[in-house]
Amino acid sequence: MHIAEGYLPPAHAAAWGVAAAPFIVHGVRALTREVRSNPESTLLLGASGAFTFVLSALKLPSVTGSCSHPTGTGLGAILFRPPIMAVLGTITLLFQALLLAHGGLTTLGANAFSMAIVGPWAGYGTYLLVRRFGAPLMVAVFFGAFVADLSTYCVTSVQLALAFPDQGSGVMGALAKFGSIFAVTQIPLAVSEGLLTVLVMRLLTQSSKGELTRLGVLTRSAAKRHEEADAR
Amino acid sequence: MSFTVSRNTKINALLLLVVAALAVLPLALGLGDHKEEPFTGADAEAETAITELQPDYEPWFSPLYEPPSGEIESALFALQAALGAGVLAYYFGVRRGRRQGEARASAKASEAAVVAETAAGSGSTAAGDKDA
Repeated sequence: MHIAEGYLPPAHAAAWGVAAAPFIVHGVRALTREVRSNPESTLLLGASGAFTFVLSALKLPSVTGSCSHPTGTGLGAILFRPPIMAVLGTITLLFQALLLAHGGLTTLGANAFSMAIVGPWAGYGTYLLVRRFGAPLMVAVFFGAFVADLSTYCVTSVQLALAFPDQGSGVMGALAKFGSIFAVTQIPLAVSEGLLTVLVMRLLTQSSKGELTRLGVLTRSAAKRHEEADAR
Repeated sequence: MSFTVSRNTKINALLLLVVAALAVLPLALGLGDHKEEPFTGADAEAETAITELQPDYEPWFSPLYEPPSGEIESALFALQAALGAGVLAYYFGVRRGRRQGEARASAKASEAAVVAETAAGSGSTAAGDKDA
């Protein structure tokens, strides 16, 4: 659930736009480089963007008695690294802002910053960290996607708290308020997103070993093990 | 390929089941009952919170296009999900087709090799017969 159109004061909206712009420009460069040097990856890039499209259209009920939707940015961040998700995530946000009146053009910078930049980076960082501890691939994928989803909405809460501090308790008071709306609602959805990302990654390890090995998600020995497991 | 359900498929089905349970449980347990309007969007709740925190705040920009009704909006959301699901399904379909094609090609190649071998083998026995 993104910040609605017009719901950030102009100065804040502009500041988040300025903050997000370099990441998106860098992402566009990374994307064109990837497509140019590995034309065969275009199909998987499309699938990663499609995953974001599906998940951010799914509004799911949560334990707080309200609804929100996952982001789907963890998968692409793990596969293609975060800069590319800055582009794919922003495209999804733009679609929703233009056609669905969900999110908005004035809040696009802030929403891109949370969903297309912080989410993918936090998720990717978590994925790398969990892998470094020697955890199995799917455990790292789960936590990467979980963190990508949850951190997005934590950033949204901070953005709103900065723009609308509480009269008495200031930014922290407002953060508690927005956090209880966004972040708490998001916890079970982040678990769902983690599980769905694991599901897609499992299907990918079965169907696209070569690609995953090239992207460094599977090592050569791991790809071989999967092959043997499939043969059995 | 056999018709017994593989371990892989079972795990995948279980993952989907847990996701479905996570979505249904809040509804089944009535976790929205304490609200006047249960299961509204978190973004709408945030708008309410903003008006509570700063009653004089007015949104200074409105969406260029707004779906005229809830039905149109849900149609557009369904379209978004369908587009995404379509591309994903296309991806996995292409991959599967490619793998099947490769498997068939390699099966054909090894079959041809076996035929060639037996042909060569029978040729040599025939030659042997002539010698004897």
